[in-house]
Amino acid sequence: MSAFWCLVRRDLRLAYRRGGDSVNVVIFFLLTVTLFPFGVGPETAILMRIAPGVIWVVALLAAMLSLDRLFRGDFDDGSLDLMILGPLPLEMTVLAKCLAHWLTTGLPLVIASPLLAVLLAMDGEGFTTLIGTMLLGTPVLSLIGAIGAALTVSLRSGGVLISLLVLPLYIPVLIFGVGAVDAAVYGLAARPHILVLGAMLIVALPLCPWASAAALRLSVE
Amino acid sequence: MSDQGSSAASGIIAKGLSCERGGRRVFEGVDFAVAPGAALLLRGPNGSGKTSLLRMIAGFLEPPEGRLTWNGRPFGEVDDEAGDDPARIAFVGHLDAVKRALSVAENLAFWAGLYGGGGGGVNQALDRLGIGHLAELPARFLSAGQRRRLGLARLMVTPAALWLLDEPTVTLDEASVAAVEALIAEHRDGGGMVMVATHAEMAIPGAAVLTLGAAR
Repeated sequence: MSAFWCLVRRDLRLAYRRGGDSVNVVIFFLLTVTLFPFGVGPETAILMRIAPGVIWVVALLAAMLSLDRLFRGDFDDGSLDLMILGPLPLEMTVLAKCLAHWLTTGLPLVIASPLLAVLLAMDGEGFTTLIGTMLLGTPVLSLIGAIGAALTVSLRSGGVLISLLVLPLYIPVLIFGVGAVDAAVYGLAARPHILVLGAMLIVALPLCPWASAAALRLSVE
Repeated sequence: MSDQGSSAASGIIAKGLSCERGGRRVFEGVDFAVAPGAALLLRGPNGSGKTSLLRMIAGFLEPPEGRLTWNGRPFGEVDDEAGDDPARIAFVGHLDAVKRALSVAENLAFWAGLYGGGGGGVNQALDRLGIGHLAELPARFLSAGQRRRLGLARLMVTPAALWLLDEPTVTLDEASVAAVEALIAEHRDGGGMVMVATHAEMAIPGAAVLTLGAAR
């Protein structure tokens, strides 16, 4: 297990040294959401109506921005070969990298989202639900994204292809994430939506690392 | 090369290995054996499949034909054997797997931790290859030869029975080549196995030579 945390620590340290990456993702998130009041006008009623959808859609895009470098750096400098060869099962390696990815992109998005909720005039009820669903949903984004990143790691320009592969798979997360917040805003039960999101996370936790590991093994051939 | 043959099947034995890359037959009918404590030098012109063979043994490539066994068992099965070291193979390829943003010591400590070798020998390993004084330097400032040495220092912190070295001496100065040769000798004294693909002359006493793809 120490090898697992060793990998998480190293990825966090690399992200910290490179600095900009996480910050850029959050700034992208903030800027893009800020565009909507300009685009659709400042009427509070409209903004309130679209807020959950806007925040979730932009969070999906922001999380996707950073997927390409999930495995690419390690693939390019030969580290991936050594990780496959090492004693830590590749599935656990993928899980460690997903955890580091979530801590450096998903979690900052969750932290930034209340700011945007205020900007889009969301009320208190929706607010707490939004944070809850994002805490459950953004790890799923990292996990599903890992499959796309693993499949495209050996391609020179995988960036656009990742979006095409991964975005359709993000739709269920979007539906239930937005559904929960909408339900909370209109005073309905958000619990069923949140439970489905939790189920997605539980299913994605073993399946996505398994699929990504299979794709990575093919990529080093 | 079964000079230590406690049992006929100990070490690595390959029979009739072939390799295909991009639909082209690179080599076929390759047989060799590496017993504990032995070394095998891979020779051959560019494109003769030296790297492919090493990657095949590391498990990155599946041989279309032939058989690879470790102590008499097919490679995939050995992991389940009690008492077998899980990290049985150390691989040093063309790429040095050095992270430019981390310091020299951090790079090496990471691999030591990932392979479960503990962080103890990191400074010693760096000293051994003459880059101990650079331990705190970010790896992006290393020269090609120094980066190579950092890649090779990994061998000392990741315990493995088999070393697969692909052109280990490229960009190294004479003193470093000697240090690598000494490492290989020590590893073999401890019963380790080494396979080296190289064009350069290396002093590896008693190494068997396997020549691939003789002029086609």
